[in-house]
Amino acid sequence: MEKVFKRPHALCDVEFHYCPGCTHGIVHRLVAEVIDELGIEGRTIGVAPVGCSVFAYNYFNCDMQEAAHGRAPAVATGIKRALPDSIVFTYQGDGDLAAIGTAETVHAAARGENITIIFINNAIYGMTGGQMAPTTLVGQVTQTSPYGRDAKTQGMPIKVCEMLSQLEGATYLERVTVDSVKNIKAAKAAIKKAFQNQVDGKGFSLVEVVSTCPTNWGMSPTEAMDWLRENMLPHYPLGVYKDKSNEEAK
Amino acid sequence: MAKVLVKGNEAIAEAAIRAGCRLFFGYPITPQTEVSAYMAKKMPKIGGTFLQAESEVAAINMVYGAGGTGSRVMTSSSSPGISLKSEGISYIAGADVPCVIVNIVRGGPGLGGIQPAQSDYFQAVKGGGHGDYHLLVLAPSSIQEMVDLTSHAFNKADEYRMPVMIMGDGMLGQMMEPVEFPEEEENAVYASKEDWATTGTKMERKHNIINSLYIDPNTLENTVIERQKKYDIIAKEEVMYEEVDTKDADIILVAYGTTARICKTAMAKAREKGIKVGLIRPITLWPFPTVAFDKVCDGKKKFLTVEMSMGQMVEDVKLSVNGRGEVEFFGRTGGVVPTPNEILAKIEEMAGGAK
Repeated sequence: MEKVFKRPHALCDVEFHYCPGCTHGIVHRLVAEVIDELGIEGRTIGVAPVGCSVFAYNYFNCDMQEAAHGRAPAVATGIKRALPDSIVFTYQGDGDLAAIGTAETVHAAARGENITIIFINNAIYGMTGGQMAPTTLVGQVTQTSPYGRDAKTQGMPIKVCEMLSQLEGATYLERVTVDSVKNIKAAKAAIKKAFQNQVDGKGFSLVEVVSTCPTNWGMSPTEAMDWLRENMLPHYPLGVYKDKSNEEAK
Repeated sequence: MAKVLVKGNEAIAEAAIRAGCRLFFGYPITPQTEVSAYMAKKMPKIGGTFLQAESEVAAINMVYGAGGTGSRVMTSSSSPGISLKSEGISYIAGADVPCVIVNIVRGGPGLGGIQPAQSDYFQAVKGGGHGDYHLLVLAPSSIQEMVDLTSHAFNKADEYRMPVMIMGDGMLGQMMEPVEFPEEEENAVYASKEDWATTGTKMERKHNIINSLYIDPNTLENTVIERQKKYDIIAKEEVMYEEVDTKDADIILVAYGTTARICKTAMAKAREKGIKVGLIRPITLWPFPTVAFDKVCDGKKKFLTVEMSMGQMVEDVKLSVNGRGEVEFFGRTGGVVPTPNEILAKIEEMAGGAK
C-alpha cells in the first residue's frame, strides 16, 4: 500500500513533548517539509532556543545547536560566518526573541545576516508556566499579570515584524498563523520563502507565527484558536511587513 | 623568521591567525582594543571573519556557534567584558566547544579602571560562570610568550574540546617587545571534529547536537563526571610553570604575568643583598602548578605571593604549600603596578630586617 502522508525526513522519529493543541507541532512539521522540499537537510544547521521549543534539537534531523536564552541569532551568526554555504535557521519563542534576546534579534536583522528565523508568538512564557511575555496583550491574565496586563505599569506588547521593518538590513518579514488549513498553507509558503531567500543569499528573513498556548491560556485547543482569532490577530495583523526578496542577491 | 617589534595585543592577534584562527568576534573595550583593530585589518585580506558584535554577550555566543562547527575561533575582552561573557563561557564549557578567550585584565570591581591588574584571577580559575567547569588558563609574562601560548591555546582547545583563556593584563597588552612568529603549519595541530561538530550531516551521518541541557539529573551528573575526568587528565598533563633559583632559596616568590617580571628584578636586588630568593611563576593558572611546591617545600622555605590584586592566587599557594611553610602576601591593586623596591622591602621584612 502506498503511504500518502508521512513524516518529513527532516523531522526525527521521536515523540514531541508539546501539550495537546499546541501549534509548535504544526510549525515544526512545516519547517521540516520545507527543508525536505528544498533538499537542504544535509547542509542545514538549526539553532534551538530556551523556552518550550528548547528540545527542538531532538526533533529536527539536521545538525543542531542549543543556544543560551535569547542568543540564537548570535549563535546562528557564528555558524553562518564559519560555514557560509550552510543553511542556518533559528526557532524561537516570544520571550526568547523579543525580551531577553531583543538586541541579538535587532542586530542580526540590521547586519542583514543571511539566516532564517522562525518566531513563535503565543503571547506568553510557556515553559516556565505562563508568565507575561513581551507580546502579552493588554488586559491578558498571566501568572505575572494576574489582574491583566496593565499598559501603565507593564507597557505595551511589542510588534516584532513592525519593529524590524524599520531596519534597512532586513530582507523579508511576514506574519502568519496556523489556525486553519488555508492559513497553514500560507504559513508554509512564507517559511519556504524565508529559507529560499537564504539559499539565494538574499539576507535576513523572519516569519512570525501567531500561535496558541492552550495550557497556559487555560483553554481547550479549540477555544484557544477562537481566542487567537478574536484577540491576537486584531493586534498582530497578518501580512508581509517587508520584502526585498526580488532585489538582487548581495 | 626575523624578530619584529610588536605590541602584546597585536602579537596575540597575529599569533591567533598563524594558529589557523579565521573567525574573530569582539566588542571594543580598553585595554584590549588593539586585538580587535588588528583582526579588523587583517581578517578580510585572508578570507577570514572579523565581526564587531552588538555586545560582549552576542560576541561570546557567536564564538559558541562558530566553535560548534569545529572552526578555530577567538574573542578578546577586558575584565567587565569577561563578566558579561561569563554566561556564554559556561555554556561553551557545558557543550564541550573549543575556543580561545583573551582577557587583558584591568582594575575592578565594577567599571573599575583601565590600568593593569590581576584581580580577575578568581573569575578565571574558580568559575566566573555557573556550574562545575574549568577553563585552561594561560598566563604569559612576555610578548613572545603571548605568541607561543596563543598557538598552544588553540591546540589544547581542540585537543580537549574546551574553552581556553589567555589571561594577560593591561601592561602586557600595551607594551612592545621583539618577537618571532611561527608559521601556521609549524604549530597548528588540528583534532578530528567529524563525530561532534555541526558541519551539516550531508545525509551521511546521524545529526550532531551541540548542547549543555540535560533535564534528567542522573544524565547531567554523568556528563559532569565524564568532563571531570578530562579535567583530571589536564591537571596532570598540562601544568606549566617557570622555576628560578629555588634550590638554595630561603624565600620563594610566587607571581605570574607582569608581576613575575617585576619579581625577577626584586629577586636580583635581594640576592645582591645576600638574601636567597627564588621564584615560582605559574604559567597555567588552572591547572595550578601545585607540583612545583611539592618539589621545594622542606618546612623551612617561606613563600611570598605577589599579585596586582588584594590577594587571590595566594589562596592556591596556601593550598599547594599545605602547611609546609609560611605564606605571605604583597599586592597592589586598582591599576597600581608594584615596584621592585616595594617587593624588596617585603622580602627584607620576611628575612628579618635589612641585612
